[in-house]
Amino acid sequence: MSAQNEAGRQETVAPTASATAPSVPAIELRGISKAFGPVQANKDIAISVAKGSIHGIIGENGAGKSTLMSILYGFYKADSGQILINGKEVQIADSQAAIAAGIGMVFQHFKLVENFTVLENVILGAEDGGLLKPSLAKARKLLKQLSDEYELSVDPDALIEELSVGHQQRVEILKALYRQADILILDEPTGVLTPAEADHLFRILEGLKEQGKTIIMITHKLREIMEITDTVSVMRRGEMTATVKTSETSPEELAELMVGRKVLLHVDKKPATPGAPVVQIENLRVIDEQKVERLKGVSFEVRAGEIVGIAGVAGNGQTELLEVLGGYQNGTGKVVMNSQEIDLSGKHSNGQTRRARGIAHVPEDRHDEGLILEFQAWENMVFGYHHAPEYQKNALLMDNAGIKAMTQSSMDKFDVRPPNPKLEAKSFSGGNQQKIVLAREIERNPDLLLVGQPTRGVDIGAIEFIHQQIVALRDQGKAILLVSVELDEILSLSDRIIVMFDGQIMGERIPAETNEGELGLMMAGITDTKHETAGADQ
Amino acid sequence: MSKMPKWADAILIPLISILIAFFFSGVVIWAIGKDPIMAIKTMVQGAFGSTQGVGYTLYYATNFIFTGLSVAVAYHARLFNIGGEGQATLGGLGVTLVCLSVPWPHWALALPAAMIGGALFGAAWAFIPAWLQAKRGSHIVITTIMFNYIGAALVGYVILNILKVPGSMLTESARFPAGAHLPTFHEMLAPFGISFNKNAPANMSFLVAILASVAFYVLIWRTRLGYEIRAYGQSESAAKYAGINPARIVIIAMLISGALAGLMAINNVMGEAERLIDNAVEGAGFIGIAVALMGRNHPIGIFLASILFGFLYQGGAELAFWESIPRELVVVIQALVIMFTGALDNMVRVPLEKLFLAFSKKKEA
Amino acid sequence: MTLMKSFLGAAAALALTSGTALADPAIIFDLGGKFDKSFNESSYNGAERWKAETGGSYRDVELQSDAQREQALRRFAENGFNPIVMAGFSFSTALETVAPDFPDTKFVIIDGVADAPNVRSIVFKEEEGSYIVGIAAAYAAKGDTVSFVGGMDIPLISKFACGYAQGFKSVKPDGKVIVNMTGTKPEAWNDPVKGGELTRAQKAAGSEVVFAAAGGTGLGVLQTAADEGMLAIGVDSNQNFLQPGHVLTSMVKRVDNAVYDAFMQGEDLETGLFVMGLANDGVGAAIDEYNEALITPEMKAAMDDATAKIISGEVVVHDYMSDETCPAFDKPGE
Repeated sequence: MSAQNEAGRQETVAPTASATAPSVPAIELRGISKAFGPVQANKDIAISVAKGSIHGIIGENGAGKSTLMSILYGFYKADSGQILINGKEVQIADSQAAIAAGIGMVFQHFKLVENFTVLENVILGAEDGGLLKPSLAKARKLLKQLSDEYELSVDPDALIEELSVGHQQRVEILKALYRQADILILDEPTGVLTPAEADHLFRILEGLKEQGKTIIMITHKLREIMEITDTVSVMRRGEMTATVKTSETSPEELAELMVGRKVLLHVDKKPATPGAPVVQIENLRVIDEQKVERLKGVSFEVRAGEIVGIAGVAGNGQTELLEVLGGYQNGTGKVVMNSQEIDLSGKHSNGQTRRARGIAHVPEDRHDEGLILEFQAWENMVFGYHHAPEYQKNALLMDNAGIKAMTQSSMDKFDVRPPNPKLEAKSFSGGNQQKIVLAREIERNPDLLLVGQPTRGVDIGAIEFIHQQIVALRDQGKAILLVSVELDEILSLSDRIIVMFDGQIMGERIPAETNEGELGLMMAGITDTKHETAGADQ
Repeated sequence: MSKMPKWADAILIPLISILIAFFFSGVVIWAIGKDPIMAIKTMVQGAFGSTQGVGYTLYYATNFIFTGLSVAVAYHARLFNIGGEGQATLGGLGVTLVCLSVPWPHWALALPAAMIGGALFGAAWAFIPAWLQAKRGSHIVITTIMFNYIGAALVGYVILNILKVPGSMLTESARFPAGAHLPTFHEMLAPFGISFNKNAPANMSFLVAILASVAFYVLIWRTRLGYEIRAYGQSESAAKYAGINPARIVIIAMLISGALAGLMAINNVMGEAERLIDNAVEGAGFIGIAVALMGRNHPIGIFLASILFGFLYQGGAELAFWESIPRELVVVIQALVIMFTGALDNMVRVPLEKLFLAFSKKKEA
Repeated sequence: MTLMKSFLGAAAALALTSGTALADPAIIFDLGGKFDKSFNESSYNGAERWKAETGGSYRDVELQSDAQREQALRRFAENGFNPIVMAGFSFSTALETVAPDFPDTKFVIIDGVADAPNVRSIVFKEEEGSYIVGIAAAYAAKGDTVSFVGGMDIPLISKFACGYAQGFKSVKPDGKVIVNMTGTKPEAWNDPVKGGELTRAQKAAGSEVVFAAAGGTGLGVLQTAADEGMLAIGVDSNQNFLQPGHVLTSMVKRVDNAVYDAFMQGEDLETGLFVMGLANDGVGAAIDEYNEALITPEMKAAMDDATAKIISGEVVVHDYMSDETCPAFDKPGE
């Protein structure tokens, strides 16, 4: 970095560094309350975050974390309470005021214009004048400095839609820094990232912290809290239950504070007793609609009574594997289910015929695939099985009353809360939605259960329950194929682990005989024999 | 967040919207120097004050029930069928061909045959855009609206060159045989000792429309097909996951939609005109969109909205007859109702939701 | 302009509703609306002329839908209006249904025929007037091609075209008449842009004079003809003033007279079929200060000669609607 650039950065990015004494917190909340009708989303919240530190806010879904951050960013107005920035009370009426106060926000769902370039997105809303050219030139210079300094490298002229999720997130951070943010709020920043991308993000955050920026990170992942934060606040049901130094706490303690009871963080299971192969897959290939080969000849088998976990960075063919086995993606090769070959394309290859063959599927995306959010719980409880004879009243009509009764008992059994079959799926929390999907698929007593990301966006209490259900199904002698991007989950649930990279199987491991480091290398395309493969960008 | 009770969503909001629309209509009427109170009285009196008025109101409503149901079926599959106009036009051709090809001895035989003819022609006209959408990805809004024009031109051509009575100056088909005459309310109610104006065009088709509404309800909320249509409409990716064939649902939903629009012809062509005239649908296909929107795609809502629009049509005619209010203004009133009930729904909904929230909070406290 | 007229019309009508004479006449305008610059407006002018001259009052309504035809007839008849005049052939079916129910009410249908004892049916021999303007076109054109733009493709309009072609060919037997219809839908009556396009295409094909029988569409034809240096022929009302110096003449159809006469005669009007031709001034070619310069003496003589021969019966102009064919068309059944 040149001296000139250095000077420029000092000027534009950290102008307030020396303005405040170190003892004054960068941001302080006093008695913040917010209610939506009868629901008290935030109750008398108080936090104080020291300048140049990383503060984590952890809590289950619906604990009020996002509401709190929305208040900080001016989307909602608190019913009562004060916000102090650098010791001075501020009124944050809208996001413009938040930006003026030095707050930058990186949302879980990025707010980027897909068909604009990185540069255009960065200056959007912060243009210097009517003409774009000077703003663009200035931004380009600044972007270069920032990316050199914080490993925030992004091609300024790339279109957003061409970038990976990790890079898109960097653009969001750049946007905040361009607006001279001193306090950066990140909402579930790693939810969409691969482990490598998450590590990269954490390095960026460390760099920002060293430059005196204050960072608030909202997450429900205990591992990340432990890894990166200095202090952590726990929220439960709208209240702040504790604020502790990260170094003085443990994941177990945080989990208990979040859920309000003791939580089993590891899965308690007996050793597997695998039986005969249930599904045998040979040379399975998938070419998608863009004519890209997503699955490049995969062969393995899953036997009765075992859980086979597929580890891999998202986008390396696991999704296609589940889709082709689930019947809604065409493929070639050979799949033998209970010693009978199944069609991988054509008229008889669809979700209905797969279900008829004893394959149940908990899809990766429960919002877009597993559930119809606008449907009531009972309608979702037969989704995909709605042709089953036991759900019909007669040749013409469905047995709606019978389905509701069945739903009620399934909801009780799977502890879905609230246990109301007439509630729309969108009204349930993530964990309870997943329980509905799981109940539907498990209750059909399948021979093979495909499970994709079973605990994505699910709170800790529900994760425990879901894992128990999957293990219980295994213990009944069913075959389970698990796909997850959470290595923890793969390691603790699986009886065998298959690592996928770029549409191919990199290798197979027994959980007890491997560790995250080795799996991580394999996921990055580095084979057993240490031969590097091309394209290991992550 | 707690929401409003269902009855408020289904009844209160449309009601308030209608009242606002009427208020503004009143302002417009007042602005051109007429008496708004008198105008409303004329409309209500004209539409509901006599069996003749009721007969006209229900005649128009029958058209709108069919086209409203047509739009709603497609809408449940997230398909915006704005081709009801063209499908109903073709339905008219189907009904006409059935009625003219056989010397029908009795309406009881002619009606089912005409229903099949109208539904088949309407469905066939919807099939092409549906197929293009399902297999070629051509946007159904564009194709259906274009098919309205093609349908109008096609039927115009057929009337002019094939169906027209030679020597007649009128662009219309021959009159249907007496055996294809549908009983009007006058004839239907006479056996029960109820006297109904014998010239009002409301007829047997009204009952068919009610039956169609019931069938619609059963189809959408009680059958597997309806379940799949709604599932596809809410989420195509989820439908694929469940093994529902998207192309099949698109085509079937559009066929049903087209058939319902085509069925309208038993009312306007067979029941009222008793011959095929050019431009017989007269915008009912488009009113169907407003009706479905206002009726929340539910048959009861569609029925009520159809009665409302029937009232607007008949009441509007009476306004033009007796108050010398230009017909353009009647269109303005209709447009205001569509605007407030359809497009500006949230204007009423949001404050009302807040009101309910405040109210429920108070009750809790 | 139209809006202003609407206001005035509405205000006038309001003034009238105050006094309710028992046997006021009524008029029902067709779907085109009363200010269509053509047929309906001509009827409206007749009614207004009657009102101005007698100080009487009348009721009028513009229809919105086809189903309202019968309804309007009944509602007026029930309420004692007499006579009830309707403008347009589309009423004939409805009138045949309604007329027998009100034997004491007199109905007048213009441009159409309804068979009932209490109905006066007024039809025009448009082919005769068109024949005369066809002769004018033949004399005005230097070459041997003229053209015709019709509104909606219906037999009535072909009747105009056929008479026009016959007149033209009586002067230039080997000449060519290009016939175009604007469309097959009622919108074709009100599409001046398309009318202009057709005119331009006809000019490109060599036409020098264009006859527009197309309602509001015709305004576009006249405008384009003036822009392109062609001559145009107006229709129904006298349209010579619209594009002075560019409108050769207008084939006037005295609908206004028909309405005026019916209103004048009131409840006692004679019923039966009235055919209005050259002989009784029902149709004709308009000559006024706007087109005097365009009418050469030679042309005028030929027109007068033909008029005399048609009245005397020496020349019979073929009516397209009698058999839906036209001897003067290049392609029959156009």
